[in-house]
Amino acid sequence: MTESSILQCDEVTVAFDGFKAIQGMSLHLQKEELRFLIGPNGAGKTTMLDVICGKVKPTTGSVTFKQSIDIAKKKEHQIAELGIGRKFQAPSIFPSMTVFENLEIAMRQRRSVFTVMFARMKAEERERIEQQLVMIGLQDKADWRAGGLSHGEKQWLEIGMMLLQEPEVLLLDEPVAGMTDKETDKTGELLIEIARHRSIVVVEHDMEFVRNFASKVTVMHEGRLLKEGSMEEVQRDDRVAEVYLGKRRDADASRSTA
Amino acid sequence: MLTVRKLSPQRLWLLAGYAAAAAALFSAPLFLSDFRLNLLAKFLAFAIVALGLDLIWGYTGILSLGHGIFFGLGAYAMAMYLKLEASGGRLPDFMGWSGLSELPFFWKPFESFGFAVLMGILIPAVLALFLGFFTFRNRIRGVYFTILTQALVIITATLLVGQQAYTGGTNGVTGYNDILGESIASPDTKRMLYWVTAAVLVAVFIVCRYVVKSRFGKVLRAIRDGENRVRFIGYNPAVYQMVIFTMSAAIAGIAGMLFVLHVGIISPSMMGIVPSIEMVLWVAIGGRGTLIGAALGAVLMNWAKSEFSTTYPQGWTYFLGGVFILVVVFLPNGLAGLASKLKLSKTREVRSEAEHDGIEHPAV
Amino acid sequence: MEVITLQLFNGLSVSSILLLIALGLAITFGLMKVINMAHGELIMIGAYSTYLTQNIFNDYLPKSMFDWYFALSIPVSFLIAFLFGLILEMSLIRFLYGRPLDSLLATWGVGLVLQQLARSIFGAPNVAVTSPSWLDGGVTFLGAVLPYKRLFIIGLVALTLLAMYFYIYRSLEGRRMRAVMQNRDMAACLGVSTRRVDAMTFAIGSGIGGIAGCALTLLGPIGPSLGTYYIVDAFMVVVLGGVGKLVGTVLGALGIGVFNTMFEYWTNASLGKVLVFLCIVAFLQWRPMGFVAMRSRSLDS
Repeated sequence: MTESSILQCDEVTVAFDGFKAIQGMSLHLQKEELRFLIGPNGAGKTTMLDVICGKVKPTTGSVTFKQSIDIAKKKEHQIAELGIGRKFQAPSIFPSMTVFENLEIAMRQRRSVFTVMFARMKAEERERIEQQLVMIGLQDKADWRAGGLSHGEKQWLEIGMMLLQEPEVLLLDEPVAGMTDKETDKTGELLIEIARHRSIVVVEHDMEFVRNFASKVTVMHEGRLLKEGSMEEVQRDDRVAEVYLGKRRDADASRSTA
Repeated sequence: MLTVRKLSPQRLWLLAGYAAAAAALFSAPLFLSDFRLNLLAKFLAFAIVALGLDLIWGYTGILSLGHGIFFGLGAYAMAMYLKLEASGGRLPDFMGWSGLSELPFFWKPFESFGFAVLMGILIPAVLALFLGFFTFRNRIRGVYFTILTQALVIITATLLVGQQAYTGGTNGVTGYNDILGESIASPDTKRMLYWVTAAVLVAVFIVCRYVVKSRFGKVLRAIRDGENRVRFIGYNPAVYQMVIFTMSAAIAGIAGMLFVLHVGIISPSMMGIVPSIEMVLWVAIGGRGTLIGAALGAVLMNWAKSEFSTTYPQGWTYFLGGVFILVVVFLPNGLAGLASKLKLSKTREVRSEAEHDGIEHPAV
Repeated sequence: MEVITLQLFNGLSVSSILLLIALGLAITFGLMKVINMAHGELIMIGAYSTYLTQNIFNDYLPKSMFDWYFALSIPVSFLIAFLFGLILEMSLIRFLYGRPLDSLLATWGVGLVLQQLARSIFGAPNVAVTSPSWLDGGVTFLGAVLPYKRLFIIGLVALTLLAMYFYIYRSLEGRRMRAVMQNRDMAACLGVSTRRVDAMTFAIGSGIGGIAGCALTLLGPIGPSLGTYYIVDAFMVVVLGGVGKLVGTVLGALGIGVFNTMFEYWTNASLGKVLVFLCIVAFLQWRPMGFVAMRSRSLDS
């Protein structure tokens, strides 16, 4: 692949107890690319993210990071340390800790027991966290227990945590679920801003959102790659229309229950 | 950690409280009888275990029902030294009864006090590291881990009972004379031992407090909240769990050594299933996730036990069972949780005029 | 040859008892994520129920009928333990769903109270239950004498297992139970009364514990702390077997029972236990969730 490739998934297959969630899926991601991954329910989108971040090991196929690192053999925390961040569908923050503490432990730093045991908060670190707090609009709630935040605020906190992690590849699973229209737009703009320095893969059901912010879209269907291209190309594709856009109402309905 | 300019009035009160508690702790020999002092010393040893247990249960969310074993192994290490000291070069009595003619090789180094103390910390720590290594790494956690710790208790206790010639069997190891040349029963030594115990308690408290306030402690709490999430941030929870479990076991071992000095006996029944789970109850009652609660819970429960269990043995068991149920179901954060709830509702009344939404304080 | 036959048979016998005890535990844990430490006391209740049945036969019925007390005591033990389980579920366990560690502690408290209660009623010393005469003796097989009592227990366990199988996999109630086990919220949405399913399942699990207690009376005297000897081993069966399927529990019980007997024969009782524990830890390196594992997509369940 080219110099600018950051993540390469080739012929990935994932089987759960005989059920093949992904069957020979390939996904190539460039540096500073914002990629949307769409497809009907059960297409294997979330599983694909799981494979990249190490939550699920591929049965066959390879996942290569930065052209040389074989991710399929690494553990989740190692993959995270390499620079692949993951945001889950349901906001997963640490509810009994304060917003500030959530950001503090997510912040990019050496994560060995010894370092963390004797770590002191540096002025520069505090500043970074405080800047992040402002960016995600939680500067007044830094001392709140994260569990007491609203759903949208939790989403923002998790995005903030992920940004402080400073990964090179961000994997986002339905980042705008549960957000208001205004927040959704803000998220979209943020993604474009982030993608100026990093690569992002977004799994999304909200077609409005995808249409507004996507440059390149990958469509999955039944664990396979169906179509890849710009939003216009994808929309023009007959097969996509058949399996996905034709059933748009289903997809929208499923989003509301997700 | 604390800088002078950060001392808010609240902090000052807290510090004053700690200072008063420490003063009371160290001056106790002035106004307690020898008997009471000895009891209190025993309770303080229990409070040390409770601190260690709280580190893993309260802060990391791992329930160990095996701390009786770590406590007991520490106690045995000290008991072996005391027994050899008392036997004065001859074979310890129970070994003769079991037909041994020579001191087993692994008993020999325990003639040294320093070695015994080292082992009292290392043996529990290594055992915990062993169990932790083979469980946390494979994500065996929650009740699975808890059940394994309980099995560890059973097999260790059976092993100690079964190897009578080496361990004293059911009777355990008892009959000590002196420690480091001083008579262990004399009031002066007892007072000294009390002070040592109190000092160790304060030291362990300070270490635990540092640990839970550090970023390491925050990662532990994050593991309690969502172990898998921690993984995707880039921490390896298994290593953190192993470290804190090992540390907790070492603390239990220290407590066990002190316990033997005050009580003068250790036997398998003092470290079995029931004592292990009672230790958890102390933490539960005092309040898991608060160090001071755990320590106070241990002292309070043991004081109550010494007051009532001999006079009303039946009633005590009912009480113990009842407290278990009530605390777990209705007071998951123990007395400390109750206290902070009362405090919170008071402050909330004042604040509710200004803010419509209830702010919850960080659970520290 | 005889030695091997006898050891295997003993292993099977121990397994069958472990299985009977672990069945109830595995089901309640799988279904409601509740660890019932009072299960040992339900066994004890079953055992004392048998003891009482025996006493009633002794005191009020003609001597010729005495031998049949045991046949009656099995359903009696089941029923009484079932009722205790039902009361326990409705008064306490229902508050502890999904909190395995808390449920473990609270039910340990319940166990403590029940033990003390038994001590107050029946006294602390063990009491003996006279086994019926038709279970005396044994059958000679490959040179070893296999006692009828142990054979009877194995048969009883097989029967209970079969009944459980039909209940879980063939009956309507069982289907509801499996639905709740796999997806509680969805089952509730579809109109399954999860409250009822939980209560029934817990009570049945307790009842099986009662049968286990009844079986234990054949093997020796019984006392208030009867259950505590078995409970940790039974939990190890659950850990080893995994949750969600009966077959896991069966394999777990067989594994622990047979290996325990073998190791104890080769070494001694205390070393044998250590070896079994090490084997379990080693096994979990290979399959951390036990023989059978249920997968879930959620991040932290």
